[in-house]
Amino acid sequence: MKTRVAIIGAGISGASIARVLSRYENLEVHLIEKAPDVGWGVSKANTALIHGGYDDDPEKYPVRARLCIRGNRIWHQWVKELQIAHVWNGALIVATKEEDFDELEKLLERGRKNGVPEMRIVEGDELFHLEPGLTKEAIGALWVPIVGQIAPIPAVIALVENAVANGVKTHLETEVTGIKVENGEVKGVETNNGFIEADIVINAAGLYADKIARMAGIDYFEIHPRKGEYYLFDDDVPGPRRVLFPTPTPVSKGIVVTTEVSGHMMIGPNAQDLPPEEKEDFATTEEGLREVWEGARKLWPNLPPKSKVIRTFAGLRPEPTGGDFIIKAEEEVQGFINVAGIRSPGLTSAPAIAYEVAEIIQRDLGVKLVEKERWNPYRKEITHFFMLPPEKANEMVKRNPAYGKIVCRCNHVSEGDILEAIERMKFIGVKTPSVDSVKFRTKATTGTCQGSFCRPRIVQLLAREYGVEPWKITLKGRGSEIGIGDVKALLRGDEA
Amino acid sequence: MEPMPQIPMLSYDVVVIGGGPAGMAAAVKAKELGLNVLLLDENDYLGGILPQCIHPGFGLHYFKEELTGPEFASRLARRMVELGVEYRTSSRVLEIRNYSDLEKVVIFTSPAGVYQAWAKAIIYAAGARERHAFEIGIVGDRVAGIYTAGEAQTLMDVYGILPGKEIVIVGSGDVGLIMARRFALEGAKVKAVVELMPYPGGLARNVMILKDFNIPLYLSHKVVEVRGRGRVQRVKVVKVDENFNEVPGSEFWIEADTLVISAGLVPSVKKLKKIGVEIDPATGGPIVNDRLETSVPGIFVAGNSLLINDLVDYVAEQGELAAEAAKEFIDKGGIESRNWVKVEKGENVRLIAPHYLSGDRDVHLYLRVARPMEDVEVRVPEIGKRLRLPVVKPAEMIRLKLKAEEIQKAGEKLTVEVVGA
Ligand SMILES: Cc1cc2nc3c(=O)[nH]c(=O)nc-3n(C[C@H](O)[C@H](O)[C@H](O)COP(=O)(O)OP(=O)(O)OC[C@H]3O[C@@H](n4cnc5c(N)ncnc54)[C@H](O)[C@@H]3O)c2cc1C
Ligand SMILES: Cc1cc2nc3c(=O)[nH]c(=O)nc-3n(C[C@H](O)[C@H](O)[C@H](O)COP(=O)(O)OP(=O)(O)OC[C@H]3O[C@@H](n4cnc5c(N)ncnc54)[C@H](O)[C@@H]3O)c2cc1C
Repeated sequence: MKTRVAIIGAGISGASIARVLSRYENLEVHLIEKAPDVGWGVSKANTALIHGGYDDDPEKYPVRARLCIRGNRIWHQWVKELQIAHVWNGALIVATKEEDFDELEKLLERGRKNGVPEMRIVEGDELFHLEPGLTKEAIGALWVPIVGQIAPIPAVIALVENAVANGVKTHLETEVTGIKVENGEVKGVETNNGFIEADIVINAAGLYADKIARMAGIDYFEIHPRKGEYYLFDDDVPGPRRVLFPTPTPVSKGIVVTTEVSGHMMIGPNAQDLPPEEKEDFATTEEGLREVWEGARKLWPNLPPKSKVIRTFAGLRPEPTGGDFIIKAEEEVQGFINVAGIRSPGLTSAPAIAYEVAEIIQRDLGVKLVEKERWNPYRKEITHFFMLPPEKANEMVKRNPAYGKIVCRCNHVSEGDILEAIERMKFIGVKTPSVDSVKFRTKATTGTCQGSFCRPRIVQLLAREYGVEPWKITLKGRGSEIGIGDVKALLRGDEA
Repeated sequence: MEPMPQIPMLSYDVVVIGGGPAGMAAAVKAKELGLNVLLLDENDYLGGILPQCIHPGFGLHYFKEELTGPEFASRLARRMVELGVEYRTSSRVLEIRNYSDLEKVVIFTSPAGVYQAWAKAIIYAAGARERHAFEIGIVGDRVAGIYTAGEAQTLMDVYGILPGKEIVIVGSGDVGLIMARRFALEGAKVKAVVELMPYPGGLARNVMILKDFNIPLYLSHKVVEVRGRGRVQRVKVVKVDENFNEVPGSEFWIEADTLVISAGLVPSVKKLKKIGVEIDPATGGPIVNDRLETSVPGIFVAGNSLLINDLVDYVAEQGELAAEAAKEFIDKGGIESRNWVKVEKGENVRLIAPHYLSGDRDVHLYLRVARPMEDVEVRVPEIGKRLRLPVVKPAEMIRLKLKAEEIQKAGEKLTVEVVGA
């Protein structure tokens, strides 16, 4: 008899859990997500850092402190198994005032306690050797070589593809509306697509984890959103080689200056607390962006002109009551596991969170986990035409002419890449075709022109492959259709 | 230099990058001059952006009659075919390599494979891209219903998709105005054209569109924010003062499902930058001499990659000039080095090209003013040249012809200024 597991939320937490649990013979794992695709929640918009684990105070936030460093170590392995774009470029936490050194010493101490290897304070020539473009005001920095960056949504996609390949079932566009509990035991989840039976329900619903918990009668925590905004610059803007942090304040890790994995310089985030009900406010603001600009300039005085901005965006951190991650089997509801309040460093910690959940299932729920004889740890990354050297590209095109045709000019994404993306969307169960689903898999539309050349062509390909009218293709799911009808729809009087 | 043995190699005198009017005119001319030429374009068709411009207003100078964009394009394309110019569509140039003055390689991909095309000279005519919402500082929600004008035009006129029904347009240049009419003709309600400057950006005949269709124009205003869930629901407009600072308390919201950004074009020159071509920050295109040669010998540039043109006729003219220069370059093994006369920007000149003149040929200088003026003279004080114009506007490019003899009279530089007559 298999134990049925329902994971609510296909963010980095839910996807990591799904992958880890896909390893066990005696589990039947269902991954439930209300969005049309995976990774579109909190995991979509963040700084994308694999943090060093020196930051969280083990006294105050023991779970964060423990899982962050463990997560960092696991990511070093997972990015290889799953072919996730990454860079291990290390971080500098920069001091510009004498007093900052006290804080750096504290971080160094804390880092050692948490088990972070190879940290040290650098000064003078060495500092500017590590980062030549750094502000001349810098007088020293904490150097943390194990810090890295990944592409967060592609990471979620990779995890889910691998989980599905190992037997996990996905339910996209499926919103959990209730949790069925009988005699103190979970029985499953109610959704807009019907009831899904489950012996174990894992609540990994990000910003909504408090709402889901309440559906099971658990109300000891609340989650409020804390907004962070960003600027992303064109890829010809020279950015830093390392991840640059200011010395943190009690409130925040500060505004980061970095070159993210695809080569674009990025600055952000600020931190603005929103009331608990504003969990859908992803709007950027003039004030927030101004704060980011001012903050970044302190570390990187040579900011490019505003005409080099290719995108601004905002993300919401799910801040829980108490501030620490809440990862546990709830005693009053047998089979219900909270993975809640997964704020920063949740991306870093996700693999460790997933193993923690597997341990909880064994230890606290008493399910003896049996490993599969054949479990496939590997997943192959989609073809990126722009990464192929000319000879390889030529071979690829000879096999399939679609790879020879460039759709996204800025990033050299080929029609072949896009068709592959569509196949993979279908493989994990994406039902509503969207440009964003293609974007996050291929990088099309993310370049200098932000899609004004290629979006219409991507729409055509999606329409053809999904067999729908082109104007019904969406940007990011239902309600974001590209058009309202064919070009004569209004003249004909169709109520589009 | 070593060719790449694994990928097929082609060899030409000139490779033209871009099959818009600049590239086609260049390829035609190059062929007429007896050069062995290949033209590459990434689209499935020739014409660049012209096939999506279905309105009239093209070709009065070049063909002496008024044509639509597709008509203008097909005339040049027909000429290419008649002459037997070799061209490949669906072929995207990935990289340019500059090995030596007469040895350049263009690596391109196409459904038939990846190729290396060796050439003695390159004519770069890759056009421009449009500025988008993030670039002009619009904040708020990232939702569907925000398009650049060119994207909206492509959706409607190439793919037959109607983007929305209640439209706000950012920018009153010709492109914005033409799109305002296009939407109105399809039954959409154009609720506003919002213009940052205190005057409309387009040609007078296009500004008439606003009257014809009863479309409100907000001068000295800008769109600052978009809100919506899934799709645009409303946009925030604010008034600006003469220094373009927002006037506090002046903001208002317009309900709309579509925001069209028509905020200007930027020359596409990244591939040139990568090989060290120097760029003029004012035009956004390369710094060129009067042969339209860039700072890398043997690389010539024409059309919107050189500077943003408002008339396709000038674009085609630049293409022809680049082809003549390429011929000279190949025949003589280079464009002669000399004491070039430098062109400098004077009073009320925002941008100008070409940047260096030889004095052994007549040239057309293309320039734009920084602000509109009435009853002006375009002057070149060093040589006493004057051209009187009733009105100048930033949106209308001025074409100033200088004769070789005039340029020879100059010393090291020529200053072009636009001053009250
Ligand atoms: C500004 C910012 C910067 C950050 N920087 C970093 C960083 O640099 N490094 C780092 O390690 N971490 C960082 N984080 C934190 C990290 O992004 C999060 O911890 C992590 O993404 C949380 O993932 P998750 O899977 O728990 O949540 P989510 O990604 O939000 O996943 C939850 C999913 O549940 C779905 N869901 C919700 N309700 C329902 C329902 N009723 N039914 C079905 N599905 C539902 C949602 O649609 C969503 O997809 C940052 C966060 C922010 C916002
Ligand atoms: C809406 C609108 C209305 C207009 N109205 C008028 C008008 O009424 N009258 C008028 O005279 N002009 C008008 N114009 C202006 C005129 O269309 C342009 O000035 C002219 O088309 C520019 O030509 P071009 O050859 O420089 O560039 P483009 O037409 O943009 O052609 C460049 C070509 O190069 C290709 N290319 C780029 N990079 C590569 C690469 N790496 N490999 C292969 N191919 C590449 C592009 O895909 C494109 O096909 C209008 C323009 C617009 C947008």
